[in-house]
Amino acid sequence: MDILYRVEGLQQIYQNRTVLDVPELDIYRGEILAVVGPSGAGKSTLLRLLAFLESPARGQILFENYPFTPLTAEMPLSLRRRVTMVFQRPVLLHDSVRANVMYGLRLRGERDHHSRVEQALREVGMDRMAHVRARTLSGGEIQRTALARAIVLQPEVLLLDEPTANLDPYNVRLIEDLIQRLNRQYGMTLVIVTHNVFQARRLAHRTALLLDGKLIEVRDTHTFFESPGDARTRAFIHGEWVC
Amino acid sequence: MDAQAGEIVLLSLRVSGVALFFSSLLGIPAGVLLGLNRFPGKRLAVILIYTGMGFPPVVIGLLVYFLLSQRSPLAGLPFLPDLFTPEAMILAQIILAFPLVAGFTMTAIQAVDPALRLQVMALGATRAQAALSILREARNGVIAAIVAGFGGIISEVGAVMMVGGNIAGRTRVLTTAIVLETRQGNFEAALSLSLILLGMAFVVNALLFILQDRWQND
Ligand SMILES: Nc1ncnc2c1ncn2[C@@H]1O[C@H](COP(=O)(O)OP(=O)(O)OP(=O)(O)O)[C@@H](O)[C@H]1O
Ligand SMILES: [Mg+2]
Repeated sequence: MDILYRVEGLQQIYQNRTVLDVPELDIYRGEILAVVGPSGAGKSTLLRLLAFLESPARGQILFENYPFTPLTAEMPLSLRRRVTMVFQRPVLLHDSVRANVMYGLRLRGERDHHSRVEQALREVGMDRMAHVRARTLSGGEIQRTALARAIVLQPEVLLLDEPTANLDPYNVRLIEDLIQRLNRQYGMTLVIVTHNVFQARRLAHRTALLLDGKLIEVRDTHTFFESPGDARTRAFIHGEWVC
Repeated sequence: MDAQAGEIVLLSLRVSGVALFFSSLLGIPAGVLLGLNRFPGKRLAVILIYTGMGFPPVVIGLLVYFLLSQRSPLAGLPFLPDLFTPEAMILAQIILAFPLVAGFTMTAIQAVDPALRLQVMALGATRAQAALSILREARNGVIAAIVAGFGGIISEVGAVMMVGGNIAGRTRVLTTAIVLETRQGNFEAALSLSLILLGMAFVVNALLFILQDRWQND
């Protein structure tokens, strides 16, 4: 399989504390990789690094052999724009839902995006709220709008941080179906961070466990859940406290 | 008197308008820079700006007076205006309004959710695009900054008196005219000029408010 990201000796350090330490991890083009782990394990930090939003303290990320290292001031815009991330706590612009979805296209100077915007709104079930002002939205509506403004860009890589954390079961299903469709139809590579091991099991080709900043295990999802190689993985998927 | 009053009103608008334009041109980017970045010397810059926000206009007037006088170390530089001209008054008012615009812009920028910057970067914004998006989010506060800058200079008398000299037909503006008329006991004239000044402030602020309101409803 085609390796898109190659993570080597990656460490992130905040205020003298190593919060992420991943000696190696490959992410394949076209896969759905789930990252699970308890709160504070470093999942969001890993996503920010994969989105090239902050430089690592040590090690590097190779994106199609292009290195992202502690010395990289900024990744080239053309590379950075192939990756889009939806944050755990999305912040929308004080504007309409539609304007928020158009935002990334406008940044790229694209016109004639009407049908793409409408489609993205439909996919997340926000088409009837296109005119609503973002500041009046509920938590779940904010989350879905944030997803729409990311998928409208049709990125090669979509990094999702707890994409269904605020959603009701109907909308969880809507978004999970959408994630699978993006992956199957467009071959989009997705990295999904979730607390929810069942969601990882439903969606991901491979699943990784992060504990206290360390990558404990990454395997194809079936093996990860049926016969994990590490006792801590077994404990985590059975809902036990692990540390 | 009427033609004179008209002249005075126009000069007031011109001096404060041009000064406001340039202090916004400099103050808004300065406020964005201070609101978004950390750099060595930032604390000092912020303290200086806060101090400037409350600076007495006469002191700035004195400073500019000295700067433009014969004894100034900068005397003779080609781009410096002469004393007792509208340009000298504009220079003094730029210095007065700049810290107001920069300081209030900075706080408006800081009030925008700090998480937004990274999120727009994640959507493909360049650094400059991200700064512009944050400025747009802070638009209400930025207009308030301009309002504060305008309020600080349209009503001040100390600086324009000092560097303008209140010369009839050349550097007399509303505030200095009011002082003069009052001193000469012409209370009616002083009062009508005051009403014009108030009316002007009202109209300008109404325009800025309408702008703010329209943006808000985007
Ligand atoms: N900017 C920062 N400065 C200092 N520490 C930070 C910063 N961001 C994150 N951390 C710390 O790094 C660790 C990892 O945080 P991260 O947000 O990646 O965890 P997470 O796995 O996403 O957790 P959660 O499931 O709760 O979202 C935490 O201990 C957190 O307190
Ligand atoms: Mg997180």
